[in-house]
Amino acid sequence: MPVSLVLEQLLNGLQFGLMLFLLSAGLTLVLGMMDVVNLAQGSLYMLGAYFAATLAAASGSFWAGLAGAVLATALVALLLEVSVLRRVYGADHLTQVLATFALILVFNEAVRAIWGPQALLLSVPPELARPVTILPGLSYSAYRLTVIGAGVVLAVGMFLFIHRTRVGMWVRAGASNRRMAQAMGVPIRRVFTGVFVTGAALSAVAGALLGPIFAVQVGMGEDVLILAFVAIVIGGIGSVKGSLVGSLLVGVVDTAGRAFLPSVFGLLFAPEVASNLGPTVASVLIYLLMAVVLFVRPQGLFPVHG
Amino acid sequence: MRSRWAVGVVVVLAVSLLASGMAGGQARTLRIGFVSTLSGGGAALGQDVLDAFQLAVRHLGGRLGGLPVEVLTADDQLNPDVARAAVERFLRRDRVDLVTGIIFSNVLLAVGDLVFSSGVFYISPNAGPSEYAGEQCNLHFLNVAWQNDNMHEAMGHYATLKNYETAFILAPNYPAGRDALAGFKRFYKGRVVSEVYTRLGQLDYSAEIAQIRAARPRAVYAFYPGAMGVNFIKQYAEAGLMQQVQLLVPGFSADADVIRAVGKPMVGVFNSSHWALELFNPINRRFVEDFRRSYGRVPTLYAAQGYDTALAIDHGLRAVAGDLGRKADFRKAILSGFDSTRGRVRFSKNGYPIQDYYLRQVVELPNGEIVNRLRGTIFRNHADAYVEKCRLP
Repeated sequence: MPVSLVLEQLLNGLQFGLMLFLLSAGLTLVLGMMDVVNLAQGSLYMLGAYFAATLAAASGSFWAGLAGAVLATALVALLLEVSVLRRVYGADHLTQVLATFALILVFNEAVRAIWGPQALLLSVPPELARPVTILPGLSYSAYRLTVIGAGVVLAVGMFLFIHRTRVGMWVRAGASNRRMAQAMGVPIRRVFTGVFVTGAALSAVAGALLGPIFAVQVGMGEDVLILAFVAIVIGGIGSVKGSLVGSLLVGVVDTAGRAFLPSVFGLLFAPEVASNLGPTVASVLIYLLMAVVLFVRPQGLFPVHG
Repeated sequence: MRSRWAVGVVVVLAVSLLASGMAGGQARTLRIGFVSTLSGGGAALGQDVLDAFQLAVRHLGGRLGGLPVEVLTADDQLNPDVARAAVERFLRRDRVDLVTGIIFSNVLLAVGDLVFSSGVFYISPNAGPSEYAGEQCNLHFLNVAWQNDNMHEAMGHYATLKNYETAFILAPNYPAGRDALAGFKRFYKGRVVSEVYTRLGQLDYSAEIAQIRAARPRAVYAFYPGAMGVNFIKQYAEAGLMQQVQLLVPGFSADADVIRAVGKPMVGVFNSSHWALELFNPINRRFVEDFRRSYGRVPTLYAAQGYDTALAIDHGLRAVAGDLGRKADFRKAILSGFDSTRGRVRFSKNGYPIQDYYLRQVVELPNGEIVNRLRGTIFRNHADAYVEKCRLP
């Protein structure tokens, strides 16, 4: 198997994993800090993509669309936190799941009503719509490289913020023990609003950056939300480091499964069996990964709660 | 004031009485259940079929076979369960006379038995699974477009003619995807280096594109309809493969909907089709012109199929004077041929067309417009490979 192929698949997995991380970081903190299962995170990702597509079309610049989408989505998230989520903080998980699942339906129908059922077009910025040669014999899409770069920058920034600043310390304290942190004078409510809005903004970045790779359409949030949940469960709920590792694992395993499993099965089974079995097993591979991780470490790889 | 009200009421009553009296004397309405993919990545396809179907009904004076038409629509969301519920509603509650509209074969295969067992015709504008062409062929099933394998057989034959020694072939993992690659391989004499099936609805093809780059085939054959095709071709171009490996696609992945979304990188791509924008016959010219005028976009082959579906129903109903109870006669009338956007189309006994398949190429006109141009004929009077197994007379 050529090295360049393995390398390219690793880059693909890295790119997908980093984008998944932008979504799962907000999810894991909200779940870890406030014990809220926020299914609507996927809707914020979808909104980010729709705002980006609309604003990019209006302004003619992908980057203006991206910036506008982040601001607009953050604003929607702020309104959402104040109007709906605050009311379900103390409630049991079933109530929260019902409330945020209702939000998914509301957002999906609202988007359908505003933008219509057909997918929107968000194109790669023209200066990046070309391949770059990284190594001899390995060229890679410039846009995907940019996405990887943006993901790395945001992940490092978030790590520094959480581990090197006072607010970051509050966030960590809130995630590991909310009551104790509150008793020590951490303004949990405000920190939480900030975390929620930041998480939404990161989801919007993911939505806008993935828009040209996937498609901007109703329901795009649900597909990726499930993967984000798998990532945070693998990583350990409440841990940003865990969600990073979990997301990268999901990204790489999913890509590698799709790329290599069919040929592995091709060696073991008859072609007809392999062509049916390969794609099927590849699609459940990340769930197998989750099952194995949970079996070995039920709290995830980086547990936060003692 | 009061008297004016009274006069108003009397007029309304009189008009409604008159209207109902007229309706009583009139022929009954033909109810058509149109279930199709109208949201998500396949939405453009369903919308094209629906818009063109309704255009044809308008062209025929709001009637098919002399009966006034009522079209009930439902979105299947590319989900077989949703489609089943919609079709059940059409059959039990709305008591439709005909069902049509489905784009994707997995959806059709989930609802076919339901429709057939109710004694209702399903006239397919698109999905043409091999299952319904062979042993499971059915009196109540007709496809006015093609059998799933056909377009891909044409491209397989073309790849053989062009002497591409090796090919990397891909399709989504669903019945029509498997039919597609079976069709391509039936007529491709070179060596298939890899045969890849992806999840239906997958939008990121980076992993597959890396495999193509590593395999270094002479040609790539990819069957990806709708948004899947848009993404595959865009990513194929962004990865720089357009200049390195010849990309071959069926007409589905190179029609106006994909061209609109992908743009310039598509120029030069060869593709197969049973229909083309510039086919020279009066029906096609009227269809293309009026579709553009009514909907403000270039019609696709899906639109042509939607238009033809209405024409076929009209043709069949005329032969039985609007009486769908005469099933065998209705079927026979359509099978013996009707005039479509592709000229006269005849059918095999399994209800699938026998027709020509063309080669098209995406080109850029001097004015910058990108269109799919007719380049030649690949097959003449081509039928499907399964008809022998069909036991219908």
